[in-house]
Amino acid sequence: MIARRGEGRVALLFLLPAGFGFVLFYAWPALQTFYLSFTDYSLLATPNWVGARNYAEAMSDRKFWNALLVTGEYVLINISVQTAVALLIAVLMHRLTKSSVVRGALLLPYLIANVVVALVWYTMLDAQLGIVNAALTWFGIDPVAFFGETSTAIPTIALVNVWRHMGYTALLIFAGLQAIPKSVYEAAAIDGASEIRVFRTVTMPLLRPVLAMVLVLTVIGSFQIFDTVAVTTKGGPVDATRVIYFYIYEKAFQQFDFGYAAALCVVLFLILVGVALAQLRLLRAGSSDLD
Amino acid sequence: MKFPKLAAIAALIPLALAGCAGAPAGGGGSNEVTYWLWDANQLPAYQACADAFQAANPDTKVKIEQFGWADYWNKITTGLVAGTAPDVFTNHLNYYPTYASKNQLVPLDEFVQRDAVPTDVYAEGLADLWVAQDGKRYGLPKDFDTVALFYNKKMLADAGVAEADLAKLTWNPQDGGSYEKLIAHLTVDANGVRGDQPGFDKSKVAVHGLGLDENNGAGVGQQMWSMYALATGWTYTDKNPWGSKFNYDDPRFQQALGWFRGLIEKGYLPSLATARSGTSVNDGFGAGKYALSTNGSWMIGSYFGYDGVEAGVAPTPVGPSGKRATIFNGLADSIYTGTDNRDGAWKWVKYLASAECQKKVGEQAVVFPAIPEALAVAKEEFAAKGVDITAFTGAVEDGATHLYPITDHAPEIAALVGPAVDAVLSFQADPSSLTEINEQVNALFR
Repeated sequence: MIARRGEGRVALLFLLPAGFGFVLFYAWPALQTFYLSFTDYSLLATPNWVGARNYAEAMSDRKFWNALLVTGEYVLINISVQTAVALLIAVLMHRLTKSSVVRGALLLPYLIANVVVALVWYTMLDAQLGIVNAALTWFGIDPVAFFGETSTAIPTIALVNVWRHMGYTALLIFAGLQAIPKSVYEAAAIDGASEIRVFRTVTMPLLRPVLAMVLVLTVIGSFQIFDTVAVTTKGGPVDATRVIYFYIYEKAFQQFDFGYAAALCVVLFLILVGVALAQLRLLRAGSSDLD
Repeated sequence: MKFPKLAAIAALIPLALAGCAGAPAGGGGSNEVTYWLWDANQLPAYQACADAFQAANPDTKVKIEQFGWADYWNKITTGLVAGTAPDVFTNHLNYYPTYASKNQLVPLDEFVQRDAVPTDVYAEGLADLWVAQDGKRYGLPKDFDTVALFYNKKMLADAGVAEADLAKLTWNPQDGGSYEKLIAHLTVDANGVRGDQPGFDKSKVAVHGLGLDENNGAGVGQQMWSMYALATGWTYTDKNPWGSKFNYDDPRFQQALGWFRGLIEKGYLPSLATARSGTSVNDGFGAGKYALSTNGSWMIGSYFGYDGVEAGVAPTPVGPSGKRATIFNGLADSIYTGTDNRDGAWKWVKYLASAECQKKVGEQAVVFPAIPEALAVAKEEFAAKGVDITAFTGAVEDGATHLYPITDHAPEIAALVGPAVDAVLSFQADPSSLTEINEQVNALFR
């Protein structure tokens, strides 16, 4: 389809508001961050150009590398569990029920604010007073300090966020499943394929592009973990939950080291670009098996 | 095509501008003074002051806004950058050195001199905290706080301990003295066996003798470990205020911390993991999980407000130095340099720092006013609520107070030492690991 000249101009006009917003609220701050990453900036005085010093400092900053490691652990647990659970829910919905009540109920956790979810789970999982540990004790199991133990804090935060996001992710995958033609399933049924076989040889290959899109979105969202940490563990105990965005926040807004925080943002940006590109390549998101 | 495009842009501009142009809080007309504070409990007290102030100064209007502690400093900082900070705000010792050195606060010296405002009417030492390294005064004191030992009256009675005995407690970093004996005796396991009795099961503790704070202490350990470390004669810095060398490498500090974490091994103090798993130390106290809990005077309302728990409060134990110890901290009101109503702001600050306003605050019994005669009013009001505040105020009369460490780089130090103390209390590192952290802290001042 070739647009006529006039249509192109109208299209441009329609893009203008979004473009204006993009430049003002995304492109300009991003460029500004890039500039600030080469300065010493405390917010209350004008930035001082320091060259690549912030980057050199980041390379030898143990807490920065620890933050990346902690974030990596979070993303790994969060994404693997969340994707598996969401896929299961989506396939069950697809094959068993089209009930909008079920779909609505699945979305409920996602409608609750992140901070509220975090605080409610934080209270429920308390070692001495939480309802979950009261139940564990009733079954004769010793209480677990889920958020307080350095070994369990990150898995706990990851799973709390799985609980919040699984319904939403399931709906995204479910939408992808509905795009698969019914005829392939009918053909599989005629051939006498089992449910598991249908899932492996029909559903998964045809779902791949949607799954790739969902993964790219959720992985990047997962890297941005901040609020759950900010209202519960605040990076502790020790540095067990000092995820990268929380570390950047502390550097900028608590220690007023905006230049250094900006440099960490740029490094994180490069890492995320790499992750997204790798994902798209590995999952061949551009092509579909539905030909 | 031209017209709609222009129209679209024209429609966008006001939207964009509206987003940027939040009405400046610092402005609001030349006869209005905006005042910020973070403690919602104190809002009625200061509104009472504002009403009286406005009655006496009909030409100046005071607008009070309150934001919770977590948002407060972000809002102040971004407000300073954007030029929208409040004319007058409640300031904290952790933050004012940074703001003062970046020329964000109005020095009060000229005003103080002009109006002959006395700076010696406050509890001793409080006014000096607000004189910065440049020798200028950036705030007038409004209140103060100290730390004491809250206790559960019923648990004491069940253990056969007289409340009066708590004032006689002694502590040392070797065996913990009579203080540790009491903590052990008040600890009870699931079978009802006390911590100092044979057969005590430290893996199934029902009530810990002492509660552990849910914060990492930020290198100060104000309500957590400072009362022990300071009672050995240790000090945070070479001098205070404005020290430039920290003493976390001192054996006295490291021994005190070692003793403190020893309580965890003995089952008398909850593990760090338990303390951090969801509930605050005061809520744990309110739920009957702790018999004793060290905390600041600003927490009186919480500790005495729990249903079904009758609380009392005693002074911190006497240490090897022969004295008790508590941190002595105070807040003050500061003026923002960007204010367009310097005279109005000063009039309000002067009133906030006066006996008249501080007595009104004292009547509300929420904090300890900085002026002794206003403190006397507060003392009566607290007593009427069943709270004897001498456990807190006695430290001031006994000279047992230590100023909150005021230095540059406070946020960076908190970020270094807080997690390091966490590591010690969770047995991932030895108290001696603080020696290396101390070098990193002192490197900030070079």
